[in-house]
Amino acid sequence: MSRYMLLLYAPEVDETEAAKRWAEMPLWDQVTDSLREAGYWVSNSALAEPDTATTVRVRDDEVELTDGPFAVTKEILVGYYLLECPDLDAALDAAARLPLARYGSVEIRPLWEAPGS
Amino acid sequence: MTASTARAEAVERAFRDERAGVLATLIRQVGGFQLAEDALQDAFVEAVKVWERSGVPASPRAWLITTARRRAIDRLRHDRSLADRARRLARLKEMDDRDDDREEPPMDEHGRGSAVLDDRLRLIFTCCHPALGPEARVALTLRTVGGLTTGEIARAFLVAEPTMGKRIVRAKRKIAEAHIPYRVPPDSELPERVRGVLRVVYLIFNEGYAATGGDRLVRGELCGEAIRLGRLLAELMPDEAEVWGLLALMLLHEARRRARVDADGRWVGLEDQDRSQWDRAALDEGRTALDRALRRRRPGPYQVEAAITALHVEGLEAGSTDWAQIADLYGQLVALRPSAVVRLNHAAAVGFAAGPAAGLALLEPLLADPALERYPSLHSTHADLRRRLGDPTGAAAAYDRAIALTGNEVERAELRRRRGSLSGVSKS
Repeated sequence: MSRYMLLLYAPEVDETEAAKRWAEMPLWDQVTDSLREAGYWVSNSALAEPDTATTVRVRDDEVELTDGPFAVTKEILVGYYLLECPDLDAALDAAARLPLARYGSVEIRPLWEAPGS
Repeated sequence: MTASTARAEAVERAFRDERAGVLATLIRQVGGFQLAEDALQDAFVEAVKVWERSGVPASPRAWLITTARRRAIDRLRHDRSLADRARRLARLKEMDDRDDDREEPPMDEHGRGSAVLDDRLRLIFTCCHPALGPEARVALTLRTVGGLTTGEIARAFLVAEPTMGKRIVRAKRKIAEAHIPYRVPPDSELPERVRGVLRVVYLIFNEGYAATGGDRLVRGELCGEAIRLGRLLAELMPDEAEVWGLLALMLLHEARRRARVDADGRWVGLEDQDRSQWDRAALDEGRTALDRALRRRRPGPYQVEAAITALHVEGLEAGSTDWAQIADLYGQLVALRPSAVVRLNHAAAVGFAAGPAAGLALLEPLLADPALERYPSLHSTHADLRRRLGDPTGAAAAYDRAIALTGNEVERAELRRRRGSLSGVSKS
């Protein structure tokens, strides 16, 4: 089994569009439940708005804080799933089933594995 | 022939004929591309020494697999940086104890064919996995399935060898670290994944076919390599109509590749080609492959394209072309793969089959298509249709546009000649 982080990106939208997205909640629940049943689900969550973010860097032993997300882009990071599944195909399949895949993007990153483990 | 040269040849033959198949099985057994390649390299080095001393084994394939598997065990024991060491070691040692160096029962849950064929399919599908970029798929397929060296691939694609090396290493690393599965896709995904594999093979073919200039010879070898891959796919997936369709299409083009260029290196149009330069064996093999494809009664774009190409060839041989059937096939192709260029070819074929007015009706909407705006064939086809309709002014304007856009000297001269033959139009 391998662990994958599914990073969910979506463009920022106005209130009507946001309401439509929230109305899709039952679809999200369906996918999440099916991932739990398959034994793939480790955790998932939506993220609060990017303007609540704080970015931390330490340079020359100085801690620098930036008010806001790491990068300001058209599509913002809005949530994640952490899955444990047999291979990339299983993770790809889960990603394609997320409602967000139709209007946003899902980046799949394998979690780093220590060599020789 | 002395015994030792015979042995040297046997080693060489095993290198050439067995490498991809042995590698395909080893990747599954040792659980990774890089370790399998390294272990196989070790086994070939050993083969040169041992076969020289005690003769060529009855099954070089089985000998290579057993030996490479043991070298993989050694490497796993000594290299702590290899991922998943303990589990892979245990699995390999268990295999080695059983010494099941020949054919294990097929592991594929779909029970396709023999284990050997399945391993080769696993290798092809993994190299062409959609999570790899198109360039990576092409490079990895040529390297592992085709057995080309990194240097050969780099020269064929006009990139520096270190660049190509990095591309291949990165692809192998992604397969390992993202755990791209080493398997034949399940039936639900198979049609899409087969299309993906065929796209990779056709990309390789076109890279060689479109090659011009001094590197033409090196890059032309890509056509041969793509055809070898096409034959392998037809052997591994004989029920897939489009696999035969693509093989037919490539062979029918390849048969005429040499005749496309004259003694001075200039491009020659299909109708002016020296037909004695055509490769008869390739034409026959292409037609047979097309028959096999059509017998499966599952039409697809490669089959339709191959059928159109076969009709053009037949028309040149017979002295008259069946434009009605070609126009009909282009109509099918528009439905299957509606690209701007396919629509243009459809309009041109209808122009020959049903007259210039019918052709023009299909072509006119394309004149506004930005994808075709700078495509000389759009304007030369437009010009020919207007000329045949008796509109020399419209034809002249379209010829001028085509002449301005084409980069090919021979084609430009031909377009000038046609423009000059228009009556009642001022010379430009």
